[in-house]
Amino acid sequence: MELISQHTKGIMEGCKERAADVGLGFDQETLEYLVTNRDLLELTPKLMIPTLYDYWVHDVEVLKEKGRYELYPSNPYETVINTRPAISYYNDNNPDWMNVMIFYHVLAHIDFFQNNLYFRHTWDYDFTGQALSDKRMIAQLRSEKGRWVDYVIEFARSIDNLVGFHAELGRLNRGPETVRSRMLDYYFDRFLQTVRAAKPNRFIKEIERYNACLRESPELGEQAFFAEVLRKYPEFDALYKKSLEAKPASRQDVMQFILEHSEFLKKEKNHWMKPIVEVVRKTSLFFQPQIRTKIMNEGWASYWHEQLFLKDDRISGHEVDFARTHAGVTAMPRVGLNPYALGMRMFQYLSDQGETGRHTQEFRRVTDAWEREHYDRRTGGGRSLLFKVRENLNDFLFVNTYIDQDFVNRFRLFVAGRRLNQAKGVWEIYVKSRSAENYRAMLLDGLYHPPCIEMDRPKTGNGALYLVHRFEGKPLVREFIANTMLGIEYLWGKPVRLETSEVVHAEPVPSTAALPGMQMSLGEERQQREMTWQRVLYTMQDRSLTREVL
Amino acid sequence: MPLLEAEKLYARLKAAGLSTELEQKIRCELAAAGSHDFPQPPARTAGAQARGLYDYHDLDVLQRLTAMQGSASANIRSIDELLERDRQREQDGFPRKISVGRLIKPGKRGKEKVVIVPTTVEEKFLHDSAFRSEEERSNGGSGEGEEGEVIGEQPVREEERPGGSGPGQGEGDSHEMESNAYDLGRILTEKFKLPNLKDKGKKRSLTRYTYDLTDRHRGFGQLLDKKATLRKILETNLHLGNVPDVGHIDPSRFLVAPGDKVYRVLSPEKDYESQAMVFFLRDYSGSMEGQSTVLVVSQHVMIYSWLVYQYAMQVETRFILHDTQAKEVPDFYTYYNSKVAGGTQASSAFTLVNEIVERENLIRDYNIYVFHGTDGDDWDHDGAQCIPQLKKLLSYASRVGITIAQHAHEEGQRTEVEKYVRASGLLEDKPKLLRMDVMREDADEPRLIEGIKALISE
Repeated sequence: MELISQHTKGIMEGCKERAADVGLGFDQETLEYLVTNRDLLELTPKLMIPTLYDYWVHDVEVLKEKGRYELYPSNPYETVINTRPAISYYNDNNPDWMNVMIFYHVLAHIDFFQNNLYFRHTWDYDFTGQALSDKRMIAQLRSEKGRWVDYVIEFARSIDNLVGFHAELGRLNRGPETVRSRMLDYYFDRFLQTVRAAKPNRFIKEIERYNACLRESPELGEQAFFAEVLRKYPEFDALYKKSLEAKPASRQDVMQFILEHSEFLKKEKNHWMKPIVEVVRKTSLFFQPQIRTKIMNEGWASYWHEQLFLKDDRISGHEVDFARTHAGVTAMPRVGLNPYALGMRMFQYLSDQGETGRHTQEFRRVTDAWEREHYDRRTGGGRSLLFKVRENLNDFLFVNTYIDQDFVNRFRLFVAGRRLNQAKGVWEIYVKSRSAENYRAMLLDGLYHPPCIEMDRPKTGNGALYLVHRFEGKPLVREFIANTMLGIEYLWGKPVRLETSEVVHAEPVPSTAALPGMQMSLGEERQQREMTWQRVLYTMQDRSLTREVL
Repeated sequence: MPLLEAEKLYARLKAAGLSTELEQKIRCELAAAGSHDFPQPPARTAGAQARGLYDYHDLDVLQRLTAMQGSASANIRSIDELLERDRQREQDGFPRKISVGRLIKPGKRGKEKVVIVPTTVEEKFLHDSAFRSEEERSNGGSGEGEEGEVIGEQPVREEERPGGSGPGQGEGDSHEMESNAYDLGRILTEKFKLPNLKDKGKKRSLTRYTYDLTDRHRGFGQLLDKKATLRKILETNLHLGNVPDVGHIDPSRFLVAPGDKVYRVLSPEKDYESQAMVFFLRDYSGSMEGQSTVLVVSQHVMIYSWLVYQYAMQVETRFILHDTQAKEVPDFYTYYNSKVAGGTQASSAFTLVNEIVERENLIRDYNIYVFHGTDGDDWDHDGAQCIPQLKKLLSYASRVGITIAQHAHEEGQRTEVEKYVRASGLLEDKPKLLRMDVMREDADEPRLIEGIKALISE
């Protein structure tokens, strides 16, 4: 890898000035490299992070296409990575005008990385630097422990999609703690509800009594209130003090929980495993926001590279080249979803909404079709709306909030369905629905969403780790359960249980003399099966898996 | 017209008496229209290549830099290390993770290829969206069209080969196959501890040199080739204009250049002698549609690779496809890709093998292996024609392996082929020569390899 030429770097610096002028915010320092195919061979399996730790699976073709994209969407193959300084990669024979377009695209990405709140946890350090030291540490451990290092990486990676990304964000973005009485919080939130298990009417009476005390004397009311409490429950004081000593129980994800509570990892001889699990967890956390902002990130970058390129005075004469390339990137496919195209149109749409004042509550109350169509309050502020959205939303919120019927109509979007045409032996692709509701549902269904699996602490106790998969209408991939649980059992050192939901398979209809695979058996697929679900419990003990229906 | 032949055969069989169950099967195969051509490349219509949200990446979209995964040949270099690791995993009490023998088409632009690479999956807790039926999957779209309007079509079959290519249905490249087979064979032998051939040690020399005065050399050598020399001299003199009258040549006037003398020289002649001749027989009748064919062909790929390795590339292969009639096809590509159709008569394939062996006198020079893959259906339900041919085959073959990929709906009952082979007692009489492996339609790769062990072990 070598840096781009001084000439090209000059172009980049020009782009930065112009991008900063329209309000994009990013660190001035960036690194641009030329990459060859040989470089890509090494970078691709490492998710474009040149300093990522070595792992043998990177050298093997990993099957990703099982089912649909849901399995391995976490494969950012990006031109720019979210590091400090941000590093971006280029083909060495791009013409200047194309570099200008890509530079704007890259700068908008960097702006997004450094301003969208879902990336908050990546702002305070340089990931490549961190990764380099981690890589060295792992290499060092590997020279001491050999293959066991790779087992630990493997098992840690098998649960790295369960990291508590949102909990991590919550910790970082939480406002200052309220300075109101802690004793009061403890009394109402914990003591009455958990310790005394008070009935609702008793609870309400206590609130009324507290309010009465305050009315009587705003300063001393609370004291008076607790004097009464202490008379009634002499143990309250001791319990309250004890509660202050106890650490506030934070939500831990499965990896953290294992790190902290695993008897196996606590053993002296296994201490070295912990930093490895830590590294895998950190790496996963680093990539989480990227996959969750695909539409926004690409839409944002495409929106700005279009806006800025067309205004750039340095590249006049290449409008047609640009138009061709740009259309190739952002054309709406007839069938399929292109995050560049969709995201860019959403930002364009939002900008219009902001300019005309349609994003307001007032507009939402307008029901008259004609009035809606011609609604324009000339409020301005389209751009500030864009920046607000860019800062605060992720794909889910973006899609869920801003895809409405007007948007779907304006860009003539639809949900494409598939149905079997038996006579012709083909799948027919057809326009299934043009309603915004269905379009939104289709999009949301396709968004990256790892299963939510958490520990059940009471059921875990000191023994078997008890994991609960929250049911969201989808089962887990069954053939992966055994090996994943095997890995968890290794790290946990004790049996592991997993509670999940599965489809109860209906009795197969006995086919009348059908040869499998022949046309007639295709018909069975058409019969919509009524789906029933059941909770099942998997137990992994001594590396063997058992399953029971709950 | 083969279909007519099949119908005649059906009429004959019917006259001889058929069970209703069998008759039903036969009719079903006859009714299913189809031919053995190569499948059409999928039509490029809307939806055929619909990409999802996460299939777009900057480098690819903006700069046309494709994602690079180490190529098969680059990976194969580290394959020893990988296999060692995999063996070690088993000793450490963890399941193996590397799988081989998969046929993958790397998703590059342009011509897709069939290559064999070591693959693995990273197992995690993931949502499975495959539990829903095909029809419930929807995608985004844009443009004209009323609700309900059909805007594109996609062949049904295509969906069944995600990423990879299935046999009997795809484009492929036969050469890729050959170059990787040796490596695959090595992997199979080492990884799965497939048996080495017993007679490997006393293998005859594969290259034999015979010295013969075959090469010609001008100027010097061991033996003057008078006729050639004379011809050369005449040619020179004609060019020189030294032959005034072609009808009346005077040899005494010839000028002789040193380069005109042509000698014979002694030189070594390589004489290749192949050790193994493998016949692959595949039932491509209508009932083989779907998974049975995939299984049979995958297994044959692996057997082929194993033999290529065992015989140090000195394997000759013959490919035979059969429905009610058998035909030999020139290469693995045709063998692999021909579509299924028509009726079933296993004896036709065995007969053809016997004919070929006799005609070309293969017994003298080769160890002959015959592998037959079928779903077990045979119109010749009692093996009246098949068993005699099989017996004849067993009289000279080193090993005959029959693979039956049984359909799921026939589970528990024996298929015709299985029945008559068992009834013939040949399995017990000649355990070293005849092997049969019956597997279910949903068998996975380890099961296939188990099957190979059963078919080829001593």
